[in-house]
Amino acid sequence: MNVVPHASQWGELIRPDRVHGSLYKDPAIFEAELQNIWYRTWVYVGHESEVPNANDYVVKSIGPQSVIMTRDEQGKLNLLLNRCSHRGNQVCSYDKGNARSFTCPFHSWTFANDGRLVGYAFPDGYEGQDKSKLALGRVTRVQSYRGFVFGSFAAEGPTLEEHLGGAAETIDRLVRFSPEGEVEVTAGFLKHRVKANWKFILENECDGYHPAFVHSSIFGVADSAIGKLYGGNSTALTRDYGNGHTEIDLRPEFRKRDQPMSWFGTTQERLPDYTSRMKAAYGEKEAREIMVDGTPHVMIFPNLFIAEIQMFVIQPLAVDDSVQHVTALQFKGAPDLNRRLRQQTMGSVGPAGLLLADDSEMYERCHRGILARNPEWIFLGRGECRERHDEQGFKVGHVTDEIPSRGIWRHYRSLMEAR
Amino acid sequence: MLSRESSATLMSAVTAFLYKEARFQDEHQYEAWEALWTDDGIYWVPANGDDIDPEKEMSIIYDNRSRISLRVKQLLTGKHHTQTPQSRLRRIVSNIELLDQQPGGDIPVASNSLVFESSLRDDTIWAARNEYRLRYVDGELRMAYKKVTLVNNAKALFTLSFLI
Repeated sequence: MNVVPHASQWGELIRPDRVHGSLYKDPAIFEAELQNIWYRTWVYVGHESEVPNANDYVVKSIGPQSVIMTRDEQGKLNLLLNRCSHRGNQVCSYDKGNARSFTCPFHSWTFANDGRLVGYAFPDGYEGQDKSKLALGRVTRVQSYRGFVFGSFAAEGPTLEEHLGGAAETIDRLVRFSPEGEVEVTAGFLKHRVKANWKFILENECDGYHPAFVHSSIFGVADSAIGKLYGGNSTALTRDYGNGHTEIDLRPEFRKRDQPMSWFGTTQERLPDYTSRMKAAYGEKEAREIMVDGTPHVMIFPNLFIAEIQMFVIQPLAVDDSVQHVTALQFKGAPDLNRRLRQQTMGSVGPAGLLLADDSEMYERCHRGILARNPEWIFLGRGECRERHDEQGFKVGHVTDEIPSRGIWRHYRSLMEAR
Repeated sequence: MLSRESSATLMSAVTAFLYKEARFQDEHQYEAWEALWTDDGIYWVPANGDDIDPEKEMSIIYDNRSRISLRVKQLLTGKHHTQTPQSRLRRIVSNIELLDQQPGGDIPVASNSLVFESSLRDDTIWAARNEYRLRYVDGELRMAYKKVTLVNNAKALFTLSFLI
């Protein structure tokens, strides 16, 4: 198919337990996704800690579009499109910096870091023009949740809190790992490119069925306890929060162990500074609970994956071309923990990561695989027979069940059917 | 400052060492390659520039000796899918220079390399500046430090799962 399906036709491609292969490989569907998902719903862009000071900026993206996240002189966050309003030239060519303004190198149009056009060369040629109508384009709505900055191109629609829904609680849980209650994104990003559709990445993040097989080479030699979390006897859960957000909840396994920091393969004794700061911040009992439970493993639709010790941002460039931006999570006021988080992250993820190189190999093989004509469908029925609801009413299943994929596709369909 | 003669002798030993390392890497002789390291070896492939602080910022690879060993063990399992089947590789090593030696210290060496990789995904060319600190251990040259600065390390890179 190279024609975008009519609203009434998405149901033919997306069924409760299977989806059609064309959804991953059809360039027309990719273009429709840009319009209906990436340029409409809330998309994660950056973190407030990446622009701590007035006039700081960092270049981010929404899909293939380059977006400059700035903190202006008033301290307000702006998401500006990196495109001169004159002839379309990119106004910013550096990854990050501190600047009050951006001057386009083509004809020297200059924009303040809140997007206003403040000057152009030889202004007598523009007599009578209204500069305020020639500002940089911007992401219409910008909202933060606990430092995580999201943008939406839709002027109206659900608020960020409504979009995050039940999944907001996973971010609350995450920031509690800092004795000061704040995550920091300060370690720089690895950028890992794959020749595969972005949804293979999205669906894999909370797929608890694959680790035992895809990662057996590293679990075997690293003497890792991670493999057991994803075994047939695991009590860990998959969860569908709605709105496309999904989770692997490993807390049942960590609570059985009942050992603080066991989730990270370490002990309180090896992190004395962190442990005492956590106890001071939350009290003995609550600090212990936080440190037993571990950080969340949650995929915030469509592009923010918090993977216990690191975070990924998924960027689609084309139907078969995607980038995973990944960095170590850093917790404010936790220097000894942060050092270990960086070391573990560097070993695990990015282009040479001992885990992610194999995941990425699967994405690329899946993308080549679905070019086959028969069978046309991807089967996502695992665990349908044993779905249940947790006490909050969210759908949960065994850690190896495909509840997350089914939840993602149900939400995807609703977005693609919307006008 | 080494005499002209001893400098030529050292250059020839270093060149032979770098060619041998390149061959072990190209031919996936993982254990032979690992044996080239000293016990305190550091294998570093920075990201986002030449001179980041690997203790504070993400690198593509920043392996101490035990993680070098883990990386090799994973390759040896034969179940590291991204290298099953193995990439076909050939690299050219050139521009070898002996840098100023510190008295009593390791032998600093630099080279350029151009690697052609053919994998299931596609054919990929990798280009890098390599900086080494070599050391004689029991009469044999060994690597105590190897830094591989990829020309395009600030961009999004495809999987790099062979030994660079």
